[in-house]
Amino acid sequence: MKLNVNGAERELNVPEDMPLLWALRDALDIKGPKFGCGVASCGSCTVLIDGNPVRSCVTPVSAVTGPVITIDGLEKDGKLHPVQQAWFDEQVAQCGYCQSGQIMSAVALLTEIPNPTDTEIDQAMGGNLCRCGTYPKIRAAIHRAAGAGV
Amino acid sequence: MGRIAKIARRTFLVGAAAIAGGVAFGYYQFKKPVKNPLKEGLAEGEATFNPYVKIASDGKITIIAPRAEMGQGIMTTLAALVAEELEVGLDQVTVEHGPASGAYYNSAVLSENAPFAPFEHSMMKDSLRSVMGAMGKIVALQITGGSTSTIDAFQKMRHAGALAREMLKSAAAKELGVDVAMLKAERGAILDPASAKSLTYGELALKAAAIDPPSDIKLKDRKDWKLLGKSQPRVDMRAKVTGAPVFGIDVSLPDMVYGTVKMNPRLGGRMKSFDAAAAQAMPGVIKVVEIDCQFGHGLGVIADNTWTAFQAADAITVEWGEAPYPADTAGIMGVIETALNAGGGTALREIGDVSVEFADAPQDRLVEAIYSVPFLAHATMEPMNATAQFKDGKLELWSPNQGPTITRFVCSNMTGLDQENITVHTTMMGGGFGRRGEMDFSGYATLLAMAADGKPVKVTWTREEDMKHDLYRPAAMAKFKARLDADGLPTALDAASASPSVMRSVVRRNMPSMANAPLGPDKSITDGAFNQPYGIANQNVRGIDVDLMVPVSFWRSVGNSQNAFFHESFMDEMAVAAKIDPAEMRLKLMAEHPAAAKAVETVMTMSGWGKDRPGHAKGIAFCLSFGGWVAEVVEVTDTADGIRITNVWAAADVGIALDPDNIKAQVISGAIFGLSAAMGQEITFSDGMVEQSSFPDYEPMRIYQAPVFHVEVLENAEEMGGIGEGGTPPAAPALANAIFALTGKRIRSLPLSKEVKFA
Repeated sequence: MKLNVNGAERELNVPEDMPLLWALRDALDIKGPKFGCGVASCGSCTVLIDGNPVRSCVTPVSAVTGPVITIDGLEKDGKLHPVQQAWFDEQVAQCGYCQSGQIMSAVALLTEIPNPTDTEIDQAMGGNLCRCGTYPKIRAAIHRAAGAGV
Repeated sequence: MGRIAKIARRTFLVGAAAIAGGVAFGYYQFKKPVKNPLKEGLAEGEATFNPYVKIASDGKITIIAPRAEMGQGIMTTLAALVAEELEVGLDQVTVEHGPASGAYYNSAVLSENAPFAPFEHSMMKDSLRSVMGAMGKIVALQITGGSTSTIDAFQKMRHAGALAREMLKSAAAKELGVDVAMLKAERGAILDPASAKSLTYGELALKAAAIDPPSDIKLKDRKDWKLLGKSQPRVDMRAKVTGAPVFGIDVSLPDMVYGTVKMNPRLGGRMKSFDAAAAQAMPGVIKVVEIDCQFGHGLGVIADNTWTAFQAADAITVEWGEAPYPADTAGIMGVIETALNAGGGTALREIGDVSVEFADAPQDRLVEAIYSVPFLAHATMEPMNATAQFKDGKLELWSPNQGPTITRFVCSNMTGLDQENITVHTTMMGGGFGRRGEMDFSGYATLLAMAADGKPVKVTWTREEDMKHDLYRPAAMAKFKARLDADGLPTALDAASASPSVMRSVVRRNMPSMANAPLGPDKSITDGAFNQPYGIANQNVRGIDVDLMVPVSFWRSVGNSQNAFFHESFMDEMAVAAKIDPAEMRLKLMAEHPAAAKAVETVMTMSGWGKDRPGHAKGIAFCLSFGGWVAEVVEVTDTADGIRITNVWAAADVGIALDPDNIKAQVISGAIFGLSAAMGQEITFSDGMVEQSSFPDYEPMRIYQAPVFHVEVLENAEEMGGIGEGGTPPAAPALANAIFALTGKRIRSLPLSKEVKFA
C-alpha cells in the first residue's frame, strides 16, 4: 500500500481495514494526529485528505486515495503555519492533546471561509472536543489567523 | 468531650493515615537531608546545583519542574520561580519533569488535608498543618494534586534558583578576582560592571557546583520580580501547536510492541473464564495475558500494533464475575440514601447548637432541601496508557502520571523489584483532572511488560475501556436545613453530606494491606460545605462515609465539586425563602472575610448584578477551595433549542497571582469542566457495569455551547492559594441558580439535563 503523507510517498504494510490514524501513528511514526475516541466524536485525530478535514480514526487506510496532511506537515522551513502561530500568540493550548485536531479543523475552515463569524466557527469546530475548556481562546485564535490571512 | 480533645482525636486519625502510609512506603527519615537525584546520570560537562537546577558547560540550563503538566501550565510557573532568582529568561531554559524522587515531596498537599478551613488559625491547627506537611517528606510524596503545586514550590523553588545564582557568583568572583558583592547576575551570565567583564553560567557551571551552597539567602522583593506576577508564554506551547510527540501515548522505543487491556467491567469483580482462541489466531497478535491484581481482573493483549490489540481484545469472550456493589444506579443510590437517613457521620464544623435553634423555630423560618449528584468520569482527552520495559531485573516506565514516587512504590510491589531498580519517566499528560493520580494504567503496563520478553510494550486503553474503568467522582447526597432570623439571614445551618470515601478507595487499591486500617474521617466528603467563610452562629456540618465498593477517586476539586453544589444551591434557596438578594445575603454573611466579600462584590460589578437583559437571568455562587476564593455569575437565556449559557463572570482571589493570564485560563477551564458535568454528564450502572462508553453518551461542553468568559484575578487573600481546581465548584450551583432565576424551577439533582433542555 502507498500513502502520500505530508508531501512524501510512504510504503505501508498494514491490514487494509486499519484506520488511517493507527497506520500513521504506529506504522509511520507520525504522532501528530491523536487517538481520543475511535468513533469520530472528539476530533483529536483530524487530518486533511485532499484538503478536507477527515476523522482518521474511522477512515480505513485502504480508502485513502488523496494526499494526507497532518499537523506534522504544517510547519514550513521551521516557520509555524499562520494558524499555529495564531494558536501560539493566543496561548490556546492547555494539556494540548486535542489541539492537533483543533488546528487541522481550523485550517480547513479558514481555507473555505477566510473570515468566519463566531457562529461559523462554532459550527465548523463543533466536532472537536476540548476537556480543558480552551474554546474561548480557539475562537480568538481563529479570528487572529483570519486577520493574518491563511 | 471538650472541643480540643475532639479535634485532637480527629487530628490523630487523619494523621494516622499519613503515618501508616509512611511505613508502607518505606521512608522514615525526615531528619535526613534529601539527596539530589540529578547527581546520577549527569552528562559530561553537566553540573547540578540542587534538585531543581542543572547547567551544562555548553550553556544549556535545565530546570526541573517536578509536578505533572496536565494542562494547568504548572511547568511554566514552576520554571519561572527558579528562573526569577537564577536571573535567566524562560526562553533560555529547558524545563523537564525530572525523575521520581523523594526530593520533590509535596508538603502542601498534606497540609491542605488538615481538617480545618484555610482561614482558621491557632497554635494547634497550624502545628497540625506543619506535622502533616512534614509527612509529605517522610512518605516521599511527589504528587500533583489539591491545587498545591505553586503553594508548595513558592519558597523552595525560588530558593533553589537563588542558591545556584549565588554559587555562580562566588565562582565568578574567584575567576575574576573581585569581591562577590561587586558582581551582578543577568540573563545567564555574571557581570562585573567595573571591568565590563562577564562569564556565562555555562563557563562557570562545573566550578560553581563544587562550591558549598550559602546558608543565608535573601529572596528578591516582589517589586523586583521580572517574571513572577507577570503573564508568561507557556514553555510547552510550541510543542503543543506542532503536534509534537510529548504525551505518554506518543512514546516510541526500539523494538516496541503494543498492548491493550480488557478488564472486568463489573469493577472489582473477578474473571470466571475466557476464550481467547479467536484473538490469538489473529495476525499480529503476540500474546494474551491474564491480569489478576488489586486494580482489576481481566486480560491484556500484546500485538504488533495498537489497532490489532484493540481488535483482538474485542474478539475475546469472557464470563465476568459479579460486582461487589449493587448492580444498578437505583440500588447504589439507595445505599447512599439509607446512609444519609441513618444520620451520624463526622462533624467537621460544630459551632453553637443547631438543635436549640431549630427547637423553637416557627415553621415559616425553616428551610430544608435534599440534593444529589451522580458519579462522574474524568474523561481526559488522552485515554489511559503507559509504556513499560521489564528487562535484566529492571523496570523502566514511561507514564503520564501525577504521582511518580507512588507509581514506583506500587510497581515495586507488583514486580518484587527494589525501588532502586525502577525508573519512572513522567511524560506530558493529555488531561489529568485527578485521574492520573491513580496507578492502574502504570500497573497494567508493568504486568504486560513482564510478559513481553524484555521488549517495551505500550499499553493503550480504548476510550470505552477508559470510560468504563475510571475511578469515579463519588455520587453523593446531602440534607440541608436552616433557620432564618427576622432579617432573613440564617442563624443555624445543619448539613450532612453522604458519599463513599475517596481516601479509603485510594488506599484499598494502592496499599491493599491497609484496606481495613482505620483511616479517620475523610475530609473530602464534606469539603466545600464545612469550611466556607459564612458567619452563621450555629453550624453543624457532617460527612457520612458510605460503605460502597464502587471505586472512587480525586476528580477536579474533589469534595468541593459536589458540596459547593449543595451548599451554594441551598444559599440560593435560603435567600429566596427570605426574599432577599442571594448575592447581598452572601455579602452580609461574609463580613468577617474581606477576600470573600471582595470576590463577590467584584463579580457583582463585573456582571451588572441586579440588572438583567430581557429574556436573560443570572445565578451566583461562591466557593473557597484549595485556598482560592472564587465567585462566579452565570447568565442564561431561553432559546428555541433550549437553555443557552451566554456569559460567565468570575472573580478569583489567590493571594499572590504568579501568572495572571494562566490563572484566568485555569478559572475558565475549571468552570467549563464544572458546567460540562452540571449540564449533562453522569455515570450510571446497570448489570454491575457502567452504562456510558464514550463521548456521545458522556458529552462534555462543545464550542457552540461555550459562553463568553470575563475573569478578574484578585490578590486580597492573606495567604497564597491554588487555582487548578477552584473554577470548578461554583460553576454548577451558579448555573442551577441561574436556571431557577430564569424558569422558577429549582433543580436539586445533577445533571440538570434531566429537568431542562440545553441548546
